[in-house]
Amino acid sequence: MADLIEVENVTKSFGGVVANQSVSLTVPEGKITGLIGPNGSGKTTLFNSIVGSHPIDSGSIRFKGREISKLRVQQIARLGLLRTFQQTRIYSKMNCVQNMLISVPHRNATFADMFRSYSKAQEERADHLLEFVGLYAKRKLPAGDLSFGQQKLLEFAMALMNEPEVLLLDEPTAGINPTLINGLIDRLKRANTEFGITLFVIEHNMRVVMNLADTIYCFAHGELLAHGTPDKIQSDQTVIDAYLGAH
Amino acid sequence: MKRPPKAELVGYAVLLTIGIAGPLLFPSYTLQIAVMWIMVLFAQTWDAMGGRMGYNSLGNILFFGAGMYICAVTQVGLYYDVGVFTAHSGEINATFTSGQYYTGLLTGIALAAIGSAVLAASIGWTVFGLRGPYFAIGTLGIALAAGELVGAWSWVGGGGGIALPVFPGEGNAKAQFFYWMCFASAVACFVFFRWLYSTRFGLAVNAIRDDEDKADAMGVHTLRHKTVTWAISAFFLGISGALFGNMTGFIEPLEVAFPTITFGIFMVAMTLLGGKGTLWGPVLGAILFHVIKEATWTWFLGWQWIALGMIIIINIVFFQQGIVGWMQEKWPEMFGIEVDQSKIVNTDQRAA
Repeated sequence: MADLIEVENVTKSFGGVVANQSVSLTVPEGKITGLIGPNGSGKTTLFNSIVGSHPIDSGSIRFKGREISKLRVQQIARLGLLRTFQQTRIYSKMNCVQNMLISVPHRNATFADMFRSYSKAQEERADHLLEFVGLYAKRKLPAGDLSFGQQKLLEFAMALMNEPEVLLLDEPTAGINPTLINGLIDRLKRANTEFGITLFVIEHNMRVVMNLADTIYCFAHGELLAHGTPDKIQSDQTVIDAYLGAH
Repeated sequence: MKRPPKAELVGYAVLLTIGIAGPLLFPSYTLQIAVMWIMVLFAQTWDAMGGRMGYNSLGNILFFGAGMYICAVTQVGLYYDVGVFTAHSGEINATFTSGQYYTGLLTGIALAAIGSAVLAASIGWTVFGLRGPYFAIGTLGIALAAGELVGAWSWVGGGGGIALPVFPGEGNAKAQFFYWMCFASAVACFVFFRWLYSTRFGLAVNAIRDDEDKADAMGVHTLRHKTVTWAISAFFLGISGALFGNMTGFIEPLEVAFPTITFGIFMVAMTLLGGKGTLWGPVLGAILFHVIKEATWTWFLGWQWIALGMIIIINIVFFQQGIVGWMQEKWPEMFGIEVDQSKIVNTDQRAA
């Protein structure tokens, strides 16, 4: 199984704060990879580095063998490497269907494509995915009127609409009520198996990440602390220390 | 969305009736109604930027002035030396035959439209790095600078301006001719934008308005959309400038071509009054604003600016969403904003 994303010795600092210190990890194709760590351990910084939101200080980030650390956000997104946001970002004044339609892949969008209409197939796919996340009934409502949890689901559906190869999810279950979380785990797994999307997930909810991920990386203070299967991570003393504090 | 609802059809009927019957019933107001259509065009083009895309440009008047000057220079330049013409304003006996006049005017309008669009696209590459209030102030600066620069450019007459070729017709013919030109360009502008918003383009600019960083992260070609939107706005503004310059007959930089604090602000005020980001808001806002403006100028002279100021204050304080925006909040079902009951049982089961 090939590695879709290869992060090698990436360092990123903001002023005097080193957010990522020589981090290396890989995201294998077709799998679900988890990323955990205490608050401020540099997880979101790494996501931002991968998708090109900010330049990295040193190191290399490759997507399907191609160096992407110098590319811009939109170019990386068009390669099929997509992310969702921790704070959840949707287009709040547009309705759900419009949110979905604008999320079609822009990979090969030409100048003339700007002035085309959406195809029947694209509209059906939007409806289908809205139903997949349980928002079909609300599809005509402005996305900003949805509850926070529903907005998260919508953002997830928009990401699927984009047909990415890899999806970077930044805390997909934060702010979602416990009963909906089960449904969400199920949908994440189905996105992985049915749509064949490789997932790379930041998650604080241990039950979710242990349930979901094939491999887990654990960060602390901007450095990679441990990596392995969920079972191995759970019994790793350094990980336990990082979370509970070792003295 | 695809088929216009009944209310919209009524809207078209009313507008076409006003447009066609207006100058026939009130021939002495023909020019005022012509300017009203220019105002409709102003509001439409401003709304494309400020309403649909969330880029509040205070410098759109730049393209009005640019179009006006491009057209004037073309009209004169086709038959005379522009520098000589402006330097001896009134002294050389420059005459234009009827054929020369119309050839010059139509070529001028075409070049004004294209030239303004190209200007917008080239400025766009630099100013679209600015966002929010910085974009507003940046574009305002460009428009103000343009007025001053043209005022210092003696080839186009500098502060003294250019006297345009005289319309080859008698009596009411000039007003009639320009009335139909203005009406046609406002209609063309409306129809074009209505179509544009029904394509992917409409959703893309809305996405840029709602969250540009998200649109970037989803791979939307944001800069491309922003540049094209401004170029389209400038295209129509260029036409309106060319027409307005010829209706006035004499153009100069500060009051006529780049009136930042009158027309430049009216564009924004009219759009906000009608409801930005809606199809009908700018049209309604422009007509209402213009009628009130003309009425106060006629009957309450001296109070006109106070009246306009009051409208803006009431608009901003009490209903920022504008008339159509307010209607949309009041009767959301009329605009298709509703919970769809058809599959609600089905999806509830899935969500559980």
